[in-house]
Amino acid sequence: MQLIKNKALTQDEWAFVADDAPLNADYNIVSLDRWNQERDSLIKQNNLGLRLESDVIIEDIIEDLSHFSLIELFIPVFTDGRAFTHSRLLRSRYNFSGDIRVNGDFMLDQIIYLNRVGISSFVLNDQDSAEKAIAVMDDFSAFYQESVA
Amino acid sequence: MYQYTDKDQTLINERVDQFRDQTQRFLNGEIADDKYRALRLMNGVYVQTHSPLLRVAGPYGLLSSAQVRKLASIARDYDKNFCHFTTRQNIQFNWPALERIPDMLEELASVQMHAIQTSGNCLRNTTSDQLAGVAKDELEDPRPYCEIIRQWTILHPEFAYLPRKFKIAVSGSAQDRAATHFHDIGLHLVKNDLGEVGFKVLVGGGLGRTPVIGQVIRPFLEKKHLLSYLEAILRVYNIYGRRDNKYRARIKILVREAGLDEVRKKVETEWALIKDQLELNEQSIADMRVQFADPAYADITETDASYTNSLANDSAFNTWVKHNTEEHKISGYRAVYVSLKAPDSPPGDCSDTQLDALADLADTYSFGMIRATHRQNLVLADIKEADLFALWQKLDALKLATPNIGKATDMICCPGLDYCALANAGSIDVAQGINDTLDSMDYIHDLGDLKINISGCQNGCAHQSVGHIGILGVDKKGVEWYQITLGGSSENDATIGERLGPSVSKEDIAPAVKTLLEVYVEQRSNEEEPFLDTFRRVGVTPFKEKVYAAN
Repeated sequence: MQLIKNKALTQDEWAFVADDAPLNADYNIVSLDRWNQERDSLIKQNNLGLRLESDVIIEDIIEDLSHFSLIELFIPVFTDGRAFTHSRLLRSRYNFSGDIRVNGDFMLDQIIYLNRVGISSFVLNDQDSAEKAIAVMDDFSAFYQESVA
Repeated sequence: MYQYTDKDQTLINERVDQFRDQTQRFLNGEIADDKYRALRLMNGVYVQTHSPLLRVAGPYGLLSSAQVRKLASIARDYDKNFCHFTTRQNIQFNWPALERIPDMLEELASVQMHAIQTSGNCLRNTTSDQLAGVAKDELEDPRPYCEIIRQWTILHPEFAYLPRKFKIAVSGSAQDRAATHFHDIGLHLVKNDLGEVGFKVLVGGGLGRTPVIGQVIRPFLEKKHLLSYLEAILRVYNIYGRRDNKYRARIKILVREAGLDEVRKKVETEWALIKDQLELNEQSIADMRVQFADPAYADITETDASYTNSLANDSAFNTWVKHNTEEHKISGYRAVYVSLKAPDSPPGDCSDTQLDALADLADTYSFGMIRATHRQNLVLADIKEADLFALWQKLDALKLATPNIGKATDMICCPGLDYCALANAGSIDVAQGINDTLDSMDYIHDLGDLKINISGCQNGCAHQSVGHIGILGVDKKGVEWYQITLGGSSENDATIGERLGPSVSKEDIAPAVKTLLEVYVEQRSNEEEPFLDTFRRVGVTPFKEKVYAAN
């Protein structure tokens, strides 16, 4: 995988940990199921991230938002546009200021939209050109809608 | 009409560059088929039976003469010398080469046109009344609001990957000429008890496989809240619309399954949170209305003598005026329908020569503007009565004056099996067959107002379910058959047509229509009773008995 953040190819410690796998020392991204089941122990973790699938009801997790320093939105298929709304609401309505990361089956050509609804980092697969992914963020200089980036 | 600002122009220029890059990457094998498909659809590019098809946006149907000339030159340079006007006031080219589409878009951008979101699961071109701004029964011109909505929809980052396509129509008149009951969102300009003008908002209407009449979600919305209310509906739809089955994904299904009250509750809850953020201020509305201000009409107090004379002495002209022109809010003017339904031409098609000539006529007679209608005709909206005779002669020479607007041969027809990869059956040849049957113009006029809509498949692009007579092509083991519905309407009395009975074969469809019309003539209470009223009075039975007895 390749990670794009702040219009640059970069690396960080964050990693999604499967529900049945042991946690790393730090920088774990967990599923909502795991969070709901292991909340009491997870709450003691530093730098906890939460992965949200596209069928999440975002309002249900808002009260817990302060426990996370990263939210990862997982897009199951590029035609599923729910993450766009989730990100926008997290950023502008619920004032989440941590990293909002997108993972899964999104297209390079969606990055400019994702960026404008508040996504701050992008997990690309190895086949995608990171250079292109960064370049397409500047495809447009004129917009009709506000950005919450 | 609305003139692009630098920002509008920059945006569409950048879109051309973006699509050129996407297409090049696809041709280089760098984008997978399914992904490029989504990208090209959002720019109006379908891959059809013979070649790609490019659908160009006609924003609320309004075109300048310069734009029409550009359509003519594109038809010549990139297509087979014609284009097709659609039921959503858009323009289609049927024969472009994929690698040249970016060049076509660049040409379009030079006259403030684009193909953004004319297809795909996104916010589509906003449609309106073809008589907007000139209709006598208009409360307020809907076009400023259409343009405000157009800008809001273009490249909306949150709503580009909706469960399914999403269509908005706006009407400002007492009579609904924009089929607003059959859109995902229909907006009617209305007056409330305090005399303020705002919007009645309908939601969940649609045609296609499951025709549904839209329901009122909010009886009155202040103008300043237009965009926030639309955004609230779209956000609810984006989250709660079904994504598991594309035939169950339109907002009409969400409304049906969750119930209007539940959808309204969600929308109003969402709206309460955003209504102050997206407010349209009075100045921005006023500025937009200036863009659609009346052209410089002459002050005409007396009816032109030559016009009265021609009406009295030339019966062909008189007939054309009666059927193809409409009253105008300004005295001494009429709105003229340009019929794209000549008997020997596919409905909605227009040649490059006709387009060029129409652009000249618009410049000479109608302030340089042309409108496209959702029934696939064109309108020159501001014609002096004194100019009607000269205009008629010129239109007649161009085969654009068939006096059949709103009559049996003014059929809506999709491209059908001739062009469309989705079609089950032909539609243009069915229209042709019906035209051949109805070869007497006197008989057509005697039949009165009659809307025949023909779609080649259940997607219903030609709105067959709201035709007075609807014809739907179906495939039965590789053979083309046709289902007939009767009594549909897309106007104020919105109704979905009723099935006549079993489908009929291709050779029987034109005779069946002929029989239906004979039954109508026999059953009507007097010569003034229109087909739709007769059908509503006598019901389906007499039609059914005759058609299935005869065929």
